[in-house]
Amino acid sequence: MELQLHENTVTGSKQKLHTHNFGDVVFKNLLRFFAFLILALVILMAYEMYATSRLSIDKFGWHFFVTSIWDPVQKNFGALPFIYGTLVSSFIALLIALPLSLGIAIFLSEIAPPFVEKPVSFLVELLAGIPSIVYGIWGFFVMVPWLRKSIEPGLSKYFGTLPLFQGAPYGVGMLAAGIILSIMILPIITSISRDVLKAVPRSQKEAALALGSTRWEATRIALSYARSGIIGATILGLGRALGETMAVTMVIGNRPTISASLLAPSYTMASVLANEFTEATSDMYISALIEIALALFIITIIVNTFARLLVWAATKNSESFERL
Amino acid sequence: MYSLSVLCALLALTPLALILYHTLSLGFSALNWDFFTKLPKPVGEPGGGMANAIVGTLILVGLGSLLGLPVGVFAGIYLSEMGRGKFATVLRFLTDVLNGIPSIVTGVVAYTLVVLPMKHFSAYAGGAALGILMIPTITRTTEEMMKTVPRAYREAALALGISQWKTTLRIVLRTALGGIVTGIMLALARAAGETAPLLFTSLNNRFWHTSLGQPIASLTVFIYNYGVSPFDDWIAQAWAGALVLMFLILLLSIAVRIATRSVHYER
Repeated sequence: MELQLHENTVTGSKQKLHTHNFGDVVFKNLLRFFAFLILALVILMAYEMYATSRLSIDKFGWHFFVTSIWDPVQKNFGALPFIYGTLVSSFIALLIALPLSLGIAIFLSEIAPPFVEKPVSFLVELLAGIPSIVYGIWGFFVMVPWLRKSIEPGLSKYFGTLPLFQGAPYGVGMLAAGIILSIMILPIITSISRDVLKAVPRSQKEAALALGSTRWEATRIALSYARSGIIGATILGLGRALGETMAVTMVIGNRPTISASLLAPSYTMASVLANEFTEATSDMYISALIEIALALFIITIIVNTFARLLVWAATKNSESFERL
Repeated sequence: MYSLSVLCALLALTPLALILYHTLSLGFSALNWDFFTKLPKPVGEPGGGMANAIVGTLILVGLGSLLGLPVGVFAGIYLSEMGRGKFATVLRFLTDVLNGIPSIVTGVVAYTLVVLPMKHFSAYAGGAALGILMIPTITRTTEEMMKTVPRAYREAALALGISQWKTTLRIVLRTALGGIVTGIMLALARAAGETAPLLFTSLNNRFWHTSLGQPIASLTVFIYNYGVSPFDDWIAQAWAGALVLMFLILLLSIAVRIATRSVHYER
């Protein structure tokens, strides 16, 4: 009996608290509404793209992703050249940006004194603040002519026998896209790697040093300790590279062909959207383009989820270590 | 080995220096008073400016913030004040997802959501795209900043008999306001620099817009259209546009510094 009475008073007082203030109820529901709005937005985005690309999904099925005919006149569409361009240009970007970013991250977290670290960090992050379109015109008017005149003739002269460097040096092409992308994803890989490296417990490095290893060997231990976080940062950079539009559109040459040569013009999923969306006249054309957008949406979600999980696991581990 | 990492840092900062140098030198030589006050001239006629594009970018960012600000700030407050449990975890994940979605995809969605039903390109569609892009940044910074406010503030206010919502808005939000404003400005600056989501939502306009239901000019789309054009005159103006855009973004970030500083003094 007594217990029951007790429970009654508890629930009674709880109810009182909940209905206590009308403003609180309204406010909490308002917050919930906006929170649900984000959920609804993501679902709506996926649904809208699916609904408007049904025409193309139904007609081409999975063939859409493995054929390379892009013929708006015959209304026959296959996205393979764009998928190839997106993947290869992003891969080149990672190939260039990853070692550079790691080097800078080591410099910032292990070597640089604070009065050097702060301004250098700021400058690297400034790179992230430059709009894509500015990278685009800089790439188009400064980098591409430089590649055409100074770099690509040399590449095709000395390495021309390799399929990678065959063909005429246009300047625009896969190589230019990869380079501009590498500059653009460098800040995100650098800053996350730096944070992950800094989260490595001091005791790990100190133990290594105490055992007589050199500073470089201690850094290598820190690197292996931070590996999963660095992989996460790299994949996050990959996510950026996959969806980057304007800068790539201006330097990649926009030709839907699959060529082994890095000097040849190519095309990406994002840049075909940028170039052809307003020109698409038939429903099937628009539908095919929206299907490309949907594919890009799904790919970036998968890539980002994977990266977030890795970064999250890496920083979580280090926190629990610090507590120990 | 260490000198190698210094070399990496120098190598990475070279493009930054080059981009800033070229934008400044090429931009300044094409910049004049007309650029800020006149409409674009037709092909072949020299001169003209991008007055409509500068105003257009500001309008688009303004329209975007009508959507992005309330959703971002309130969802952020939700995450920090009520954000326990599964739904909050899902929501945090979704904001990260939203942050990773390419801006061109957001443009496609705005096209299907706004342009298709209205049957023509409009400033509203561009604003919607920019608004969606602003949400994740604002949500996450609002949450982070609200979380830095000590629990004691909330408890003290509640102990004084102030209702929960007043505590959240008048005490916690106000204390965290400096940081939140920084996040908002960051999101606005990023939106101002976006091109891809505007290409097929707000399109472009060589004249002053007469209503927001029409295509509207924006700096970034103008830079793109002029940059890929074959006319030297237009290309020069594209560089001037790039300079103005960078300057606009710089101004926004300076405004951030000032705003946060004054809030700090108030406290």
